[in-house]
Amino acid sequence: MNRPSETVDATRRMIVKGTAVLALIGFAGIRFGWSPAFAAANGKYPEDAFKQKSSEDAIKALYGKAAEASDKVKLDAPEIAENGAVVPIGVSTALADVTSISILVADNPNALAASYKIPAGTIPNVASRLKMAKTSNVIAVVEAGGKLYSATKEVKVTVGGCGG
Amino acid sequence: MASTIRVRATSSGETTEVQTLIQHPMDSGFVKDAKGEVIPPHFIQQLTFEHDGKTVFSADWGGAVAKDPYVKFAFKGGNKGDDLKISWVDNKGASDSTTAKIQ
Repeated sequence: MNRPSETVDATRRMIVKGTAVLALIGFAGIRFGWSPAFAAANGKYPEDAFKQKSSEDAIKALYGKAAEASDKVKLDAPEIAENGAVVPIGVSTALADVTSISILVADNPNALAASYKIPAGTIPNVASRLKMAKTSNVIAVVEAGGKLYSATKEVKVTVGGCGG
Repeated sequence: MASTIRVRATSSGETTEVQTLIQHPMDSGFVKDAKGEVIPPHFIQQLTFEHDGKTVFSADWGGAVAKDPYVKFAFKGGNKGDDLKISWVDNKGASDSTTAKIQ
């Protein structure tokens, strides 16, 4: 068992250490600009972005900024999905220098569904299948040349994909 | 054990189109079973495709990706007979990988 004085010491040391680490993170942020701190820019799984409830917060957590609507983003989704458990969603774009494509379902418990990295040489056209809890807007976000563009489409769900 | 990953990669000369189907429950953590108990989250978080030592496509997935996920994309390059390596890891740390030949 620790004596109280030792505990205090240990706590103080931790606080000092914590401050130093925070300071380092701060410096790194200033030095390299904030973008490398966001998960979309490195290979790490963006845990935080996937935990956000709203699509705005998820986009912010993933990219650190908001997206502007663009007709250059093509979101291919059905008008009506009979089965919310399997909704085919495709995203493609004519924009150049695409680095990532993310898909969000606004009214799912966690909005962010999938985020794809598009290295140079890969065609910005992705198709996959998502689950939708209920009728909701589906948002496609394309990161191109460091900017964010989005397209939104409402998909009506007759049978939800979440819940028994 | 048979791989959980099924891939079809087809080269057209200029580009290679890749279609993948993976066997995975993709439990979101929001669904209840017949007894009313929540089925804990169990889903693939990261999926990576490598060709010629380079990542050509990678996915970060949440629990909202449908069960037995399917994904389709295409990249420039890739010749018939080339290797394409596919690997995934899920939220419980399980993983699988396979190498497919481009056709």
